[in-house]
Amino acid sequence: MKAGSFRYERAYTLAEVFRLRREVDGDAQFLAGGQSLLASLAFRLSEPNLIIDISRIPELKGISVLPDAYLRVGALTTHRELAAHPDVRRHAPLLAEAVPLIAHAAIRNRGTIGGSLAFADAAAELPACCVALGARIIAAGPGGERTIPAASFFTGLFATAMAEDELIRAVEFPCAAPGDRGTIVELTRRSGDYAMAGLAVWAQHAASGAQTPRLVYFGVGTGPVAAAEAARALGPAPWTAQKVKAAQALLDRDLDPPADQHGGPEMKRHLARVLLARAVGKLGAEPGARAA
Amino acid sequence: MSTEVGISLTVNGERVSRRVEARRHLIDFLRLDLGLMGSHAGCEHGVCGACTVRVNGLIVRGCLVLAASLDGDTVETIEGASDSGEIRDLQDAFVARNACQCGYCTPGMLLTAAELLRENAEAGSVPSRDAIREHLSGNYCRCTGYHAIVDAVEAVAKARTASSGAGKP
Repeated sequence: MKAGSFRYERAYTLAEVFRLRREVDGDAQFLAGGQSLLASLAFRLSEPNLIIDISRIPELKGISVLPDAYLRVGALTTHRELAAHPDVRRHAPLLAEAVPLIAHAAIRNRGTIGGSLAFADAAAELPACCVALGARIIAAGPGGERTIPAASFFTGLFATAMAEDELIRAVEFPCAAPGDRGTIVELTRRSGDYAMAGLAVWAQHAASGAQTPRLVYFGVGTGPVAAAEAARALGPAPWTAQKVKAAQALLDRDLDPPADQHGGPEMKRHLARVLLARAVGKLGAEPGARAA
Repeated sequence: MSTEVGISLTVNGERVSRRVEARRHLIDFLRLDLGLMGSHAGCEHGVCGACTVRVNGLIVRGCLVLAASLDGDTVETIEGASDSGEIRDLQDAFVARNACQCGYCTPGMLLTAAELLRENAEAGSVPSRDAIREHLSGNYCRCTGYHAIVDAVEAVAKARTASSGAGKP
């Protein structure tokens, strides 16, 4: 379980990152919190020639509210910081609710939001939250910055819409409006392990009233999976038992879960139905991740 | 091209400067380069928690941190936490309740539990047994002595609250 040999360079600016990336002979990997990268290095699933440590770049840090009512979260924000930050709790409460589900305290202390999204594990919580919340991802590359909607950011198993020489600079979430609410539920063998299946729900509340929620599953596909048909069947709150049942039935159209070490597609479909009922139950029974 | 990196950091209060292989994780650095054998390498891929140490005051998985990335940082191991007396009561409780069996997971359990106790003390709360189990859920005990470990942590949480309460005017 020892990593193969590689070189290590620490960058202090984005310009330095792109210079190092351009000059490298062979593969390079960016090191942020390293909580997935070091495991894949240990397994030698990843064998880069160069590790570029981006963890001390000020341009990738900080949390702020933007003039267009988006909450901007720097890529290097750790899970611990995310859950504790008052602006996150107020403007994107779903994220704060999700954090305790991510791995364990020792990993949350070091793992970052940018790292989680860039790694794009299909069973991770934050990618699903980003899609559910309609986030936009700010990618930086040698040619400048571009904005990628979360819905088109995750392109497959451990794959994103970013080019090899791009990295995530920040993630921006629409600030929750009064009445918006959501929750996140998952099923794991051991608390903190990657989910066998999970579901992030976000329901907006417009002037015209409650809206149809976004249902985004994780651990049941090659990335976050939006269950649009089920969401349509569920419709705006209140969610009656009948609506939940109809939505559960339509999940078969939304989801095409591959088998993994936890079980086959049928088990995953079953878990997805269970999670839908649990999420709706949670939203009915308690405030859940309600915007302030 | 060199695969070695020069680093200077503070380990248990002492300044340390070394050249390390870039691929060396923190636990191998502590054990093999510094001779601090209290931190244990278990799974070496972030699952078992035996390698829990502190970096800049917060617990981390030592196997998921490159030593090369710690230039200027502060590391504390079980040796440091033992010598300072900070977790003396927790260590005594582990002994009293037979919460360390083979001892392999114990340093990680102690530092993980210490963080929970500190955070609760700051918040003025006592963690429930469920909260203790949840916080320790990332630390495997292959002797499966979890019940005794939770007992020990709970006993210390209560004792610390009682003594801090007694000290108030």
